[in-house]
Amino acid sequence: MGRTLLDKVWDAHAVRELPNGQTQLFIGLHLVHEVTSPQAFQMLRERGLKVRYPDRTFATVDHIIPTDGAERPFADGMAEQMFVTIEDNLAGTGIPFFTRAGGRQGIVHVIGPELGLTQPGMTIACGDSHTSTHGAFGSIAFGIGTSQVRDVLATQTMAVGKPLCRRITVDGKLAAGVYAKDVILAIIGKLGVQGGVGYAYEYAGEVFDGMTMDERMTVCNMSIEGGARVGYVNPDATTYAYVTGREYAPARNDLVKARAWWDAMASDEDAVYDDETELDGDSIPPMVTWGINPGQVVGVDAEIPSPADVEGPDRQSIQEALDHMQLRAGDSIAGTPIDVAFVGSCTNSRISDLREAARIVEGRRVPNQVKALAVPGSQRVKVEAEAEGLHEIFQSAGFEWREAGCSMCLAMNPDKLVADQICASSSNRNFKGRQGSPLGRTLLMSPAMVAAAAVAGEVVDVRSMITVAG
Amino acid sequence: MTKEGTIFSVSGTGILVRGNDIDTDRIIPARYLREITFENLGPHAFEDDRKQLNGQHPFDDQRFNGARVLVVNRNFGSGSSREHAPQALMRHGISAIVGESFAEIFLGNCTVIGIPCLTLPSEQVESLQSLVEEAPDTVFSIDVSTGAISTGQATYQAQIPEAIQRAFTTGEWDALATLLEVDHEITDMHHGLPYISGWENH
Repeated sequence: MGRTLLDKVWDAHAVRELPNGQTQLFIGLHLVHEVTSPQAFQMLRERGLKVRYPDRTFATVDHIIPTDGAERPFADGMAEQMFVTIEDNLAGTGIPFFTRAGGRQGIVHVIGPELGLTQPGMTIACGDSHTSTHGAFGSIAFGIGTSQVRDVLATQTMAVGKPLCRRITVDGKLAAGVYAKDVILAIIGKLGVQGGVGYAYEYAGEVFDGMTMDERMTVCNMSIEGGARVGYVNPDATTYAYVTGREYAPARNDLVKARAWWDAMASDEDAVYDDETELDGDSIPPMVTWGINPGQVVGVDAEIPSPADVEGPDRQSIQEALDHMQLRAGDSIAGTPIDVAFVGSCTNSRISDLREAARIVEGRRVPNQVKALAVPGSQRVKVEAEAEGLHEIFQSAGFEWREAGCSMCLAMNPDKLVADQICASSSNRNFKGRQGSPLGRTLLMSPAMVAAAAVAGEVVDVRSMITVAG
Repeated sequence: MTKEGTIFSVSGTGILVRGNDIDTDRIIPARYLREITFENLGPHAFEDDRKQLNGQHPFDDQRFNGARVLVVNRNFGSGSSREHAPQALMRHGISAIVGESFAEIFLGNCTVIGIPCLTLPSEQVESLQSLVEEAPDTVFSIDVSTGAISTGQATYQAQIPEAIQRAFTTGEWDALATLLEVDHEITDMHHGLPYISGWENH
């Protein structure tokens, strides 16, 4: 009987079965940031424990870091204290720390792949739910809480139950103006925000086969928004081409062996899944959320649903969402005026995201009443974008061009919504209060759709703004 | 004599928070993650929801003061992996959560800090929520080893995943001590993985 990548990676990293039936799983790569690690280091000190394998943990600063300047000490006193705390915690441990001074800082889920740390067949953990991003490489990557960060620091292992596996097949071809973000929003729209609880999602089919690594990362990133802690794409030539030559990737001499091991980790043709579902790639439109969780989403050409359409508790959920969003059932989501546009976050801040957004805003202008931010995911993405002149395109269109960080995705730094502002955002969560104001409103969409909304001043179908080549 | 750290039962009065998909950003807004300890989180649980309800949120309702059992609906704790969310609830006084279902990372975070989460079908959750509202003095007795929840008047048979139930009844819900029991097995794994030990040996 064939096995999935999940089965194989799991078995290759299982130290033992625990008495309660969970697995003590070895974690091949541990990523750490300033928000969820201070208490973990404190707990280690209280127990007199050391970091077991400092060479398997890598740290950076992303959540609290200001994006409007790099000068230390930060004007934000708490940000400065958190920076100093992680610096102190890492001092003497031997854990590499990627800071702005070194030029390799960025959002943890952008720099891991960018530096070649993320590789196929690995187990990866980070105190951050969007760790699922790394599954794009055919790794099994978990978001964990702070006590588990402590466990991984102390033992390089954690206690975890093996999830079931659901294969999500998307065949066909995406239309121009439809992106990876639209695919994952369509999947979450279909399966719901709870549909993936207890599952790992394996993304399969022509659409994922044809995606770049940046695109696969966008899809896997939002697995957790569908309830699945883990999501992955089987590794292939696209994966290997991306990894090859990066700083922490296997040396050229080792590539034949590495590829053989990676190939062997991919799901077998006759692998058995606990569940399977399919979507038609041809029919996915640009997607926009209208509510307060990522499952409350429609195509840009569709109407906002009505509480009257459903029964039971979902009716209440829709009403609560409409009340918060100040939207009306039956209205078209297109045409909703926006106050803020945000291109960034671990979902969509990579070079290809910035290129697509820049392509839309080039030669156009953000109206005065809209505040627009473009925030690269890492310092290296920023350098690459500037070499291509993207920053000038954004700036001439009226966007602010910022330093790398999590920025306005989650409001732990000075980039925040004010009062009930409504934001077209390429981030991953439209929860109440997520972008820093309890009354703030978020419309999730692709970076190209954010760019289109920015210049139009309202939600608009990006397909009306692009010229199809050929 | 029971082993240190075992949790066989939780009893206390109840408090309810209604709604599906209540995410961890709502349980503890991100601005309170700008902290290097968990100690000060308790008063900020559900802070933004409470402000918007002008004192009408259950966490501001005097009748539920001292409650230890939180009753919630579907997919509670979705979103972020922040352990700050269950830490805030625990520091507010919550010792067990009963709901229709829980998000996965949240459930794991609750377990590792010693908060049992039990599930019941939606109609039973709703009847418990009504009971909490109508008779806030009702004491819930939760038997973690069987999943039985007694209200004095009635008993509800809740579900708790076996691995988690065993973690509480063996006192191993905080996994670190268990993980530290093995040593050379971890070393062997570290040496055996080609991406760590070097591809040339494989």
